[in-house]
Amino acid sequence: MIHFVLLISRQGKVRLTKWYSPYSQKERTKVIRELSGVILTRGPKLCNFVEWKGYKVVYKRYASLYFCMCIDQEDNELEILEIIHHYVEILDRYFGSVCELDLIFNFHKAYYILDELLIAGELQEPSKKTVARLISAQDSLVETAKEQRSTISNIIAQATK
Amino acid sequence: MNPFSSGTRLRDMIRAIRACKTAAEERAVVRKECAAIRSSINENDHDYRHRNIAKLMFIHMLGYPTHFGQMECLKLIASAEFPEKRIGYLGLMLLLDERQEVLMLVTNSLKQDLNHANQYIVGLALCALGNICSAEMARDLAPEVERLLQFRDPNTRKKAALCAIRIIKKVPDLAENFINPAAALLKEKHHGVLITGVQLCTDLCKVSAEALEYCRKKCTGGLVRTLKDVANSPYAPEYDIAGITDPFLHIRLLRLLHVLGQGDADVSDLMNDILAQVATKTETNKNAGNAILYECVETIMSIEDNGGLRVLAINILGRFLSNRDNNIRYVALNMLMKAITVDTQAVQRHRATIVECVKDSDASIRKRALELVYLLVNESNVKPLTKELIEYLERSDQEFKGDLTAKICSIIAKFSPEKIWYIDQMLKVLSEAGNFVKDEVWHALIVVISNASDLHGYTVRALYRAFQTSAEQETLVRVAVWCIGEYGDLLVKNVGVLDIEDPITVTESDAVDVVEVAIKHHTSDLTTKAMSLIALLKLSSRFPSSSERIQDIIIQNRGSLVLELQQRSIEFNSVIEKHHNIRSALVERMPVLDEATFIGRRAGSTPATVSTSNGPSLNLPNGVTKPPAAPLVDLLDLSSDDAPAPSSSGADFLQDLLGVDLSPASKQPGISGTNQAPRTGTDVLLDLLSIETPPASPITDILSSSQVYKSPHASLEGLSSPSALSTRAATPAGAAPMMDLLDGFVPNSPISEDNGPVYPSIVAFESSSLRIMFNFSKARGNPQTTSIQATFTNLSPNVYTDFIFQAAVPKFLQLHLDPASSNTLPAGGNGSITQNLRVINSQHGKKSLVMRMRIAYKSNDEDILEEGQVSNFPRGL
Repeated sequence: MIHFVLLISRQGKVRLTKWYSPYSQKERTKVIRELSGVILTRGPKLCNFVEWKGYKVVYKRYASLYFCMCIDQEDNELEILEIIHHYVEILDRYFGSVCELDLIFNFHKAYYILDELLIAGELQEPSKKTVARLISAQDSLVETAKEQRSTISNIIAQATK
Repeated sequence: MNPFSSGTRLRDMIRAIRACKTAAEERAVVRKECAAIRSSINENDHDYRHRNIAKLMFIHMLGYPTHFGQMECLKLIASAEFPEKRIGYLGLMLLLDERQEVLMLVTNSLKQDLNHANQYIVGLALCALGNICSAEMARDLAPEVERLLQFRDPNTRKKAALCAIRIIKKVPDLAENFINPAAALLKEKHHGVLITGVQLCTDLCKVSAEALEYCRKKCTGGLVRTLKDVANSPYAPEYDIAGITDPFLHIRLLRLLHVLGQGDADVSDLMNDILAQVATKTETNKNAGNAILYECVETIMSIEDNGGLRVLAINILGRFLSNRDNNIRYVALNMLMKAITVDTQAVQRHRATIVECVKDSDASIRKRALELVYLLVNESNVKPLTKELIEYLERSDQEFKGDLTAKICSIIAKFSPEKIWYIDQMLKVLSEAGNFVKDEVWHALIVVISNASDLHGYTVRALYRAFQTSAEQETLVRVAVWCIGEYGDLLVKNVGVLDIEDPITVTESDAVDVVEVAIKHHTSDLTTKAMSLIALLKLSSRFPSSSERIQDIIIQNRGSLVLELQQRSIEFNSVIEKHHNIRSALVERMPVLDEATFIGRRAGSTPATVSTSNGPSLNLPNGVTKPPAAPLVDLLDLSSDDAPAPSSSGADFLQDLLGVDLSPASKQPGISGTNQAPRTGTDVLLDLLSIETPPASPITDILSSSQVYKSPHASLEGLSSPSALSTRAATPAGAAPMMDLLDGFVPNSPISEDNGPVYPSIVAFESSSLRIMFNFSKARGNPQTTSIQATFTNLSPNVYTDFIFQAAVPKFLQLHLDPASSNTLPAGGNGSITQNLRVINSQHGKKSLVMRMRIAYKSNDEDILEEGQVSNFPRGL
């Protein structure tokens, strides 16, 4: 089971956090501080796993971003690397060659995609296409709602003129 | 309208925050935004609620408090529109966790949304439920989830399946409701549903024996077929990763087969073919293929024995181990740890490679490899392996030295074939990394040295040499100082030279030099200095010609700011100056420390005595400190000579006390002698010393004698409260009176002694075959930390081997497990295993300890697993 997902920038800024096990706000801050200290200082050629408080943290760097997932001792580390890559590919398709700035200004979108990929710390969908389809369906739902709203407010505005 | 709530857009706020150059600027921006959001919340502003939560999520990620937005999430969720719900659920998952009461308020909205006509709204609700639901919500909403497992839309089914995993983890009783719908999911074609269905079945089998039985009977064949289909599937672009169709599904299927096959030979048989196929046919040049192989090896290792498959698996691990990719090597080491219980010989073949991995530049790999090496050591390879590890110790990183040293010491202690080898290796470790050696390790070394009477000379000379090169290693200095104090004469006279030694000439003044360096060195801590003082006193009698110089060194500490050292140096000075007649008797060589008792003590069979045997002044947690501590204790009491109380009356009390206090401890003739002792304090002490000299079992003797020495102080205290005295006398010689005596003492001593309050022992676990007792102790001044000594007793007529005790604690506790005293538990309660645990309670005073434990062992060649929970810890731990 994945206990949490973190996206940390090279400078140690948090770009995304998702907690599947209960951590209080205080613990969350502590976890992030400790892990960024460990992970950001590791050399480039070393393995992608860090043992941490009885858990394992699998991380992978993509450009300036570190994608980290914390798992149990007996979980498959290599598979988690694949899941991270899976997520990155979906982000890439969605944003069109994703960069850190996309994830900063559209962080909620990154969360929506993650929610289509993982629930309860387990993988939900192995097909990138399906995830993309579900996300765009929901995005268009939001768009329609917005349009409706603006037409309604236009009508009201015109009526009250 | 509020001037703040006109509000910046989310994008503008992010820009403003990113433009901040300092943390203070950022805080200012965030503060302003939060103020605006709060006032907008207070005005119950519908239009901006959506934006406010989005901003709060960003602020939350930066680590600022955002609890005031929690209720806004609930309002968004309760709204009828999809966009509001979407952001509301996202905020709920990010800003809240299952422990917040507010979460209960959302149960009703969730229930409505789970029944919503729009499948995306159902999806949002399932996602939130799966990610943060609490046990209460799980109970309330389980029927909804169960229904959604059969929903027409596959994307809803897969979400419901994962939600069910969360529910059964929170409330295992609900598992049986999910067995049938979960098994139905295994027949699906949609990969998302299949993958989540397999995962749900795996988790069901872990929490429910009924589910395990059901899946073994009804699902194994189908699962094997599914795995075969997916492994042989033609190219499927939607699921393809590096030429493999859906590695995620592969891995989950293998993991479920692992759970089903473990402990069931028939089921294991069914899957042999497909496992062999996956193990041989999987492409290994990409990570995805290796991930599958890794899972496959794990499954082969866990299911019931099939020799051929295991050979295949071990070979795969061998290939992994020689892979250039660090990730692959890491998982290979990880898996070899598990393989070692299955086939030690096969793992031994890779020993050389594994030892190389200990020296890797990657800390994660080093750590794994070191643990594996530790498991690989046995009587036949201990010498070369230790040599290799010690050589590496010289070159290893500082942060790795701690782990490495601890493991080397443990290996040496466990497998040493002979004493001289043990001593040699320990001295090497002490000179390389003495600062990392734990107290109990060098205590054990002193016990071994004291027992190896033919090696005393050799050891003290070796230590002398080591000191010349490695004087910066604190523990080496301590052991050297102790040995020179005890065996200084052997050092100077070259007694007992072995053939292998180089000749060495050490004069008396050289030996004193060593101790002088130790006591004067700025890095020496109190323990080292105190030990050095004692060594000096001992040397003053062993080397009469250097006596004056020694006295000078001792006098220099009269001005020490540490009361303990000051007092000792004044007392020792007076011993050297005024009491020539008793000095030699006073500083006689320590009686041999009994190894068996020591080991027993360490293992905790007599916890009470261990705790009392601490010297009152030395802050050392172990019984072995006695050698240095005991002389301190007795000499301390010589100070009653200098004490203002008239010596004759002091002696009177001494006699009284001796008569009372000692009688339960021993019935030696010496006691009656003391009753008629002359009335001068020194003579009484002489007599006391004579009690010490005929030692039958040295440890107890030291105990009793040190008790004697303590009595005068008690007597002075007892002057005011005679009743206290009699109660003390009534208690049998042992922990309680000692502690009382020590307590009477504390105001004098700058360092408080570390015996904490006493807690009752509990029976932590009892079954028909096994009993576990917990003894507690707590260091004073550190109420959060509890030391637990677990004692395991075998109640069955069979011997248990491979005994492993594991414990888990909730997050607010921290648990450290020391190695157990043994892994073999003799039958019928004839002996026990002990293991020390240390628990740090971060919520001390608010929450009490709880612990879950698992005990695995082999009885009659059968693996047995027992589990239990301990919730009857004494209060206040």
